[in-house]
Amino acid sequence: GTELTFELPDSEKRCFHQELERGLKFTLDYQVITGGHYDVDCYVEDPTGRTIYRETKKQYDSFPHRTELKGVYTFCFSNEFSTFSHKTVYFDFQVGDEPPILPDMSNRVTALTQMESACVTIHEALNTVIDSQTHYRLREAQDRSRAEDLNGRVSYWSVGETLILFVVSIGQVVLLKSFFTEKRPGGGGAGT
Amino acid sequence: ALFFHSGEREEKCIIEDVPSDTLVTGNYKVQRWDTHKQDFLESAPGLGMFVTVTTPSDEVLLSKLYGPQGTFSFTSYISGGHIICLQSNSTRFVAFAGSKLRIHLDIRVGEHFLDESIIQAKDKVNEVNFRLEHLIEQIYHISKEQNYEREREEKFRKTSEETNSNILWWAIVQTLILISIGIWQIKSLRDFFISKKLV
Repeated sequence: GTELTFELPDSEKRCFHQELERGLKFTLDYQVITGGHYDVDCYVEDPTGRTIYRETKKQYDSFPHRTELKGVYTFCFSNEFSTFSHKTVYFDFQVGDEPPILPDMSNRVTALTQMESACVTIHEALNTVIDSQTHYRLREAQDRSRAEDLNGRVSYWSVGETLILFVVSIGQVVLLKSFFTEKRPGGGGAGT
Repeated sequence: ALFFHSGEREEKCIIEDVPSDTLVTGNYKVQRWDTHKQDFLESAPGLGMFVTVTTPSDEVLLSKLYGPQGTFSFTSYISGGHIICLQSNSTRFVAFAGSKLRIHLDIRVGEHFLDESIIQAKDKVNEVNFRLEHLIEQIYHISKEQNYEREREEKFRKTSEETNSNILWWAIVQTLILISIGIWQIKSLRDFFISKKLV
């Protein structure tokens, strides 16, 4: 399959296409890694332009499909609803099943030798490991991105709050003093 | 392989987050839209693509001009998000209506091509030998990814701990400022009223 990570600027859309045969099974997995609310719009169209999948503001999803037509399938990611946050999107477009490590495995007449069957087992186990690893890598990237956002926000908010604190408290005293200073020509409260 | 569309002078980039010492190979094919035939030309002579690879530390690792079809590869020496950008060397004006490019792209990370060596295998033992080598490469790549993951998780943990201590420190500082400003306010006003003979 093809897996790609790309940056999707705000108010933009990026489309990818693939030519597929009829009767093939494909799976589109995607996840938003950084940016804004970590969500994106996604739609998939078949060769006739008909929309076979459409989701808005999704953080991650998996879409399996069996092709009924031969032709160019299109899938697009849209960040058009966002005005200032650009997103990093990862997608994995898997077509068909993983080719077996021994290409003529299904045509074999004789039983596989022990070595070959061991290879097959290891290959399948490794594919599971790779899938699992990719899943964790993406989750970690997203969580780390959120943690860094949080850290930045805490710093800015704290500095801002401290400044407001100073401005308001000094301002209060100055304002109060100014009330009493104005009344002085009229004999500001002092007994005569 | 996958393909996508791009403007004549537009640069399209993708990000590959890889551990260090990883071989990344990409092959691409580019076609140009022909307004007369209303289709993409099969091959476009004279059309080239600039391939630029930037490391996470903003250093240019690869910057070469290839033909309309080509293979490029690079080995990462630091782990992180490498940016691979493709831009055509077309000298046409951007305003040229209806002109666009179709770029077919296939990127492989940490893999060595299995098929060619299998074809060269003379006998069964060699065939299994090559497959085992491929599996060993895969395991090695998984191990590198795990080490990289360890680095990133540490960075993540540091960020979280920093946030935690930031929150605590700022809360203490703000409370102290609040108390001392409160005292200053009362004292300042009291002195003011005494001086104005109101108290």
